Amino acid sequence: MIQLVPRQGVSNGWQIATPLLAVLATMVAGGILFAIIGYDPVAAIRTIFWDPLFGPAASYSRPQLLVKAAPLILIASGLAVGFRAGIWNIGAEGQYIIGGITGAAVALALYPLEAWWLFPVMVLAGLAGGWAWGMIPALLRNWFGASEILVSLMLVYVAQRIAAWMAFGPMRNPEGMGFPGSRNLQQYPSAANPELLTGTGAHWGVVAAALAVLATWFLMSRHIRGFHLRAAGIAPRAARFAGVNPQTLVAFCLGLSGALAGAAGLFEVSGPAGQVTAQLGVGYGFTAIIVAFLGRLHPVGILLAGLLLALTYIGGELAQLTMALPAATVQVFQGMLLFFLLGFDLLTRFQIRRSIAA
Amino acid sequence: MIDPISVFLLLLSASTPILFAALGELVVERAGVLNLGVEGMMIAGALAGFAAAYASGNPFLGFLVAALAGATISMLFALLTQVFLANQVASGLALTLFGLGLAAMFGKPFEGVRAPPMPMGPLRINWIVWLGLAMVPAIWWFLNRSRAGLILRGVGENHDAAHALGYGVRATRAAAVAFGGAMAGIGGAFISIATVLQWTEGMTAGAGWIALAIVVFSRWTAPGVLAGAWLFGGVTVLQLRLQAAGVDVPVQLLSMAPYLATILVLVLISARQKFSRHAGGAAPGSLGINFHALR
Repeated sequence: MIQLVPRQGVSNGWQIATPLLAVLATMVAGGILFAIIGYDPVAAIRTIFWDPLFGPAASYSRPQLLVKAAPLILIASGLAVGFRAGIWNIGAEGQYIIGGITGAAVALALYPLEAWWLFPVMVLAGLAGGWAWGMIPALLRNWFGASEILVSLMLVYVAQRIAAWMAFGPMRNPEGMGFPGSRNLQQYPSAANPELLTGTGAHWGVVAAALAVLATWFLMSRHIRGFHLRAAGIAPRAARFAGVNPQTLVAFCLGLSGALAGAAGLFEVSGPAGQVTAQLGVGYGFTAIIVAFLGRLHPVGILLAGLLLALTYIGGELAQLTMALPAATVQVFQGMLLFFLLGFDLLTRFQIRRSIAA
Repeated sequence: MIDPISVFLLLLSASTPILFAALGELVVERAGVLNLGVEGMMIAGALAGFAAAYASGNPFLGFLVAALAGATISMLFALLTQVFLANQVASGLALTLFGLGLAAMFGKPFEGVRAPPMPMGPLRINWIVWLGLAMVPAIWWFLNRSRAGLILRGVGENHDAAHALGYGVRATRAAAVAFGGAMAGIGGAFISIATVLQWTEGMTAGAGWIALAIVVFSRWTAPGVLAGAWLFGGVTVLQLRLQAAGVDVPVQLLSMAPYLATILVLVLISARQKFSRHAGGAAPGSLGINFHALR
């Protein structure tokens, strides 16, 4: 008989090894899936994981890596703080959309004003919008005990409809010949979030993502609030006896992750996306959940995981173009990755022993 | 003039997907498992059921295949949480993301074709609607009056005690998850085969999440699930009626109504449980906690 024996603590070696194992297993399982639906598995895996970085069209796709990784890392950094404390913000996608809308609203209201302070104010508005959207589930949980998982998730669907309403109604470009969608902020110099260094893809969102990684690392490993969060996640009762107020943590985590998601939305709307449309939310908020877990809820891990999942986005697009692979392949891949990671996670908490029959 | 009977028929139809999914999740949660993958299992059922109905021309075969598809994909969740002892919240989310992706990937060939017509049952009400209504007393009886239901509830309330009495905690839970998957699959297929009559990507549009909220609303009882599903169906029909009547509110805002209603209901029921001392009907004691027997 095989027996699982709980470890004394979490194994550090396996903590690092399991994400790598999960990625490998995803590639193998993904290859099998491709073979089933009639594609060359080796070519498909190479197109997704290798060609975007080193293939013939790499000079185009490499900058895209930072463009896609920035929102993922920004959102996941905030989510991981809450996940550590057992506070489940599943609605980052909604906070991302609302942050994008509130940030863009500042620019659209002041158009065509040109001022150096416009973009910073937009960033603040994006942070505030995401924060406010995240505070709704926080307050409903603190006041009434409503599940933050379900409320934050429901608010994603509400946010998507607000985005559609904005694109067709209040924010529609008056010079857009009746097409839905706001003015293009990329063509509005004071409000645009351009590429800072040509050829790198780095925009202000990339800078913000780097700052978020540093700040959440400091918070979680050097600040008393981070200690409280970790304590509440591991032993909620003990944390409460030690004077940690769970309501404060709920408001802090949902507010923080909401604000970071909102900022990610603003950087996207003013940069790569350019305008408020009904399709403002492209799933970064959900993929960021996978990034947070794959990165072991640790800032450095999240940085690496964000880059990897950004790679699957770009590789997926490339495979769509060159191999006519279905667009949803990336989503399947990401789902599989999380499955394998959760499965292999067993190794970090348990030892596998062969038991001697008593 | 709005004909009350036709409104009720619409309500029945609008509430059926949620009713199936929420009844399934009710059994899962009474066994002590929180499966957040309902949305993923529903979309898997919606696609598999639609494909089978379209290929065979028989909608009932479609529902059967949908139940099998939902149960099959739910086994991934059971494997992760019951064998690999993974976090239930994360595993459920993974199931939803995976299901949505898988359905989008395999659904492409079925876009733009129509489902075969569905024969009507008694009173010009769809057979599957009848089945859903019949499941309410059946599940109530199973949970409250049958021996198997008693064991299932025992496993959900206190898995250590159930284990000590010699009941198979993991096997019970895996069976409950499979049942939940089959029910979610049927619920999803009702959307594609009986309501929309075609396949579109992401067509469940959060119905799985609403079903999860309705289980909380029901305070973990089958009649409560029916009430929740009808409430949701009522809001949906009202919203569609207002759209059709040309009310001067943007369509996008009207279509938020089901989600806002879900939040409102969730808040009301949570508040009642929080502030009333003898509200009863609390969540199962071991809900969301994995079981690991040391010996």
